[in-house]
Amino acid sequence: MRMAKSTEPWMTAEIPGPKKALVITKPKVVSAIIRRAKRPLLIVGHEAVEIELKEGRLIDYMIRLAEAAEIPVVATAHIQGEFQRRGFKPASWMPAVDIANRLVDSEWMGLGDEGRHDLALFVGLPYYMGWLILSGLKHFSPDLKTVSLDMHYQPHASWSFPNLSIEEYEKNLRVILEELEGD
Amino acid sequence: MPKKEFVIKIKDLKTDIGILKDFELSIGKIIEEWEEEAGPTEFPTIKDLREWDFKLLQRYRPFYMPFCDVCCLCTFGKCDLTGNKRGACGLDMSAQQSRIVLLACCIGAATHIAHARHLLEHLIEKYGSDHPIDVGGINVEVEAPITRLVCGIKPRKLGDLEDVLDYLERQVTQLLSATHTGQEGSNLDFESKVFHAGMIDQVGMEVADIAQIAAYGFPKADPDAPLVDIGFGTADPTKPVILVIGHNVPPAIEIIDYLTENGLYDQVEVTGLCCTAHEITRYNPKAKIVGPISWQLRFIRSGVPDVIVVDEQCIRADSLIEAQKVKAPLIATSDKNCLGLKDRTNDPADAIVSDLLSGKTPGVLILDPAKAGEVAVRTAIGVAHKRKKFKAIPETSDIIESAKRCRRCDECRRACPNDLPIPEALAATIEGNLDELSSLYDECVGCARCESACPLGFPLHSFIVKAAERKLKEERYKVRAGRGAIQDVEIRRVGGPIVLGEIPGVIAFVGCANYPHGGKEIAEMAMEFAKRRYIVLTSGCAAMSAAMYKNEEGKSPYEIHPGIFDAGGIVNVGSCVANSHIAGAVIKIASIFARRKLRGNYEEIADYIHNRVGAVGVAWGAMSQKAASIASGFWRLGVPVIVGPHGSKYRRMLLGRKDRKEDWYVYDARTGEKVYVGPTPEHLFYAAETKEEAMVMIAKLCMRPNDTTKGRSIKLTHYIDLHRRLYGTMPDDIHLFVRTLADVPITMRDEIVKILEEKGWEQNIVPDPTLLPRLIRRRG
Ligand code: SF4
Ligand code: SF4
Ligand code: SF4
Repeated sequence: MRMAKSTEPWMTAEIPGPKKALVITKPKVVSAIIRRAKRPLLIVGHEAVEIELKEGRLIDYMIRLAEAAEIPVVATAHIQGEFQRRGFKPASWMPAVDIANRLVDSEWMGLGDEGRHDLALFVGLPYYMGWLILSGLKHFSPDLKTVSLDMHYQPHASWSFPNLSIEEYEKNLRVILEELEGD
Repeated sequence: MPKKEFVIKIKDLKTDIGILKDFELSIGKIIEEWEEEAGPTEFPTIKDLREWDFKLLQRYRPFYMPFCDVCCLCTFGKCDLTGNKRGACGLDMSAQQSRIVLLACCIGAATHIAHARHLLEHLIEKYGSDHPIDVGGINVEVEAPITRLVCGIKPRKLGDLEDVLDYLERQVTQLLSATHTGQEGSNLDFESKVFHAGMIDQVGMEVADIAQIAAYGFPKADPDAPLVDIGFGTADPTKPVILVIGHNVPPAIEIIDYLTENGLYDQVEVTGLCCTAHEITRYNPKAKIVGPISWQLRFIRSGVPDVIVVDEQCIRADSLIEAQKVKAPLIATSDKNCLGLKDRTNDPADAIVSDLLSGKTPGVLILDPAKAGEVAVRTAIGVAHKRKKFKAIPETSDIIESAKRCRRCDECRRACPNDLPIPEALAATIEGNLDELSSLYDECVGCARCESACPLGFPLHSFIVKAAERKLKEERYKVRAGRGAIQDVEIRRVGGPIVLGEIPGVIAFVGCANYPHGGKEIAEMAMEFAKRRYIVLTSGCAAMSAAMYKNEEGKSPYEIHPGIFDAGGIVNVGSCVANSHIAGAVIKIASIFARRKLRGNYEEIADYIHNRVGAVGVAWGAMSQKAASIASGFWRLGVPVIVGPHGSKYRRMLLGRKDRKEDWYVYDARTGEKVYVGPTPEHLFYAAETKEEAMVMIAKLCMRPNDTTKGRSIKLTHYIDLHRRLYGTMPDDIHLFVRTLADVPITMRDEIVKILEEKGWEQNIVPDPTLLPRLIRRRG
């Protein structure tokens, strides 16, 4: 299959401006970014429940990631119950635009009032919605680093995977998990 | 325009016949009739309500999600506005985004206002400027609540509405001028102007709808407006079929009149798409609605329509090309949408019909509605047998052949707004499995972007339609024809229960059909809230989608629920311009039920609505600039609006912050004391990711500071119940909505009291809430 070029936006017309996401060429990059962050946050959208991977759904991978790296999770849309059913309690749940709106506020002291977040990892939002939310953060939250963990290139993140096949994507996620779980 | 500008005062007038001294002519016959004292903001200018707007904007701060990193509006550009960079003109990104929102709302408002002007001119010509504005007989005394509120006048006759339109047109020009390079520089001032655009848009919609109700005799605030046919499968293809598309109804009315006058209506089908479809069924219940805007391509390509008549708004720009594919003549009828066609307005009907029948021309422009009506009917009858329903939908064998050639390049999928897995579904057809392709139909918005993207030029949308052929034929439902206004008596009956919170909310499903997962989500939401005894209103394409559902007994939502403005009703007000009756209803609650002064008294009425009327707008598939301006009209009234995920592309949300306690204080009008009331309502404009999220938020956004304890406990019950069912857990913010223990739903008392204790909740009072210090009766 001839995929979209790796660093083209997945939706053809969603062309970004001059500043574009750096491409995560190796999964190691992600684990390194996470390790370096002081107050990371993982934001999981509803598509994480729908995407099936080899060892479960995307949400199962994200739970492993959150547990391994001890990252608090914000569940968006209605999927918070899906986490709890899997024995994992997200730190918070709120609409996607709400968490983004807090992240652009320089006075917001983060979830649980424990200090500003310096890294936000996004996964599972509808592509175009993630595109816009990451754009909002790119423009209005200059100190925050963002990572898109979806399988398609998200140009407004600070870092994003390129467009991947589902198999490549799964492999990348697995390497990240193995690295973090090995810590 | 201030009222005084309607009054010409002439100190000395020198004319041929002599000199006139101290002459005063009141042009607005409308002005002096109203005994109610004039309020502070009649005909407000673009800055008169700025203070009110800022109050709202301080609570609901804009969150911008730039859709574009650059600005390209002038030749200084493109300017890179990434981060905190400024353009060559000094503008920053937040101002640029709000400027684009203003532009969108100006386009939307201009469209409704121009529509109103066009329609009104036609109606005055046909029915006379003295034709009375009657929108509900003795049941509706407040015939034009928005116009009264904004302009401070009581329109009585069609002619009175012209003055209103003069004012509106002036406002649009002023607003638009603010978007020029080097004009407005503050994002908050842009936002205030956005609200202004929304407010005048509401007036424009009201003018259009009350004029057509009065002149054409549409249902007059009738809860029992007839149930009419809707769906792809409702048109009888054995007859000549005329399809009307758009919003401005005169040509379509003339089609029906011509058919009726000539005894032909039994032989010809009149069908419609988009709001013109609503309007024809309001005029004649025999007419049929095919579906919302997204049904355009599938219906045209099916070959069922023999003649296509387009007027204005939301019509595909390639309608002529599509019409030609099925050899259906097209008649354009609006000067706003001429489609490159020759203007045949002044030619005799015979000559035009003959050219269309012979195929000499694929389409014509006719700006005289009566002539367009006659030509449409005669052409349809003449062409139907020749066309033999020539269609542009492929055969299954074509689909399989194409599937074999498909390169699996994903270009179609990457162009699809809903990321539908077209290549995979196409591949499945090689094995003879059309189900996957057919299942895409339910979520396809009919845009054909996939087709434009495909390097092999496959008509992919048509493939989907072919695969779903059976479903299409079974699309037969009922919708209640647009009833227009809400009666004053209905307002009196439900005003108390709404303001006290005992009817848990008024929810309006409005707007276009750019849905993330198909229109059935609208029907599901509408049914859920009607069952819960909310008042559900619908309009436009959303009103159609709400109809496209059947229960086990084969009944659609409008058959199951009554059309009354009361708990459990599902009320189709009508087309886009009928949205004005939704705003009108909430305004009338303040004026008729609560007896607040209406005349030019915008701020007080909006303050009342914002603090007391638990109304929420849901524009789940909002797509257009008109939808943007419609939403902004509600924002200025303090009514929250929820959009679907595609609505995030409006690029700006207005979000409250429930974690900032300081944002949620109101004055207690009894004492002047500032009282914390919790985040009620939490947001003014917000895009939900899923239907489930939206439903929980709808219930939450219905809470208002004024709810009685009984009302609050009912609203909380619905919020908690929906949250439990759809999220699978208790909400984490219940403590913010409980003011006294009497607010706590009795059935969940123990559980909630425990939560309140954990959260360190403190008891509070229920104030007489207002954001306006001038409404405080006694200083504390
Ligand atoms: S309007 Fe301002 S920001 Fe836009 S292109 Fe011109 S100079 Fe640049
Ligand atoms: S026509 Fe349907 S399948 Fe094609 S791009 Fe549009 S929504 Fe997607
Ligand atoms: S764009 Fe055309 S060729 Fe490419 S995958 Fe889609 S259908 Fe196949």
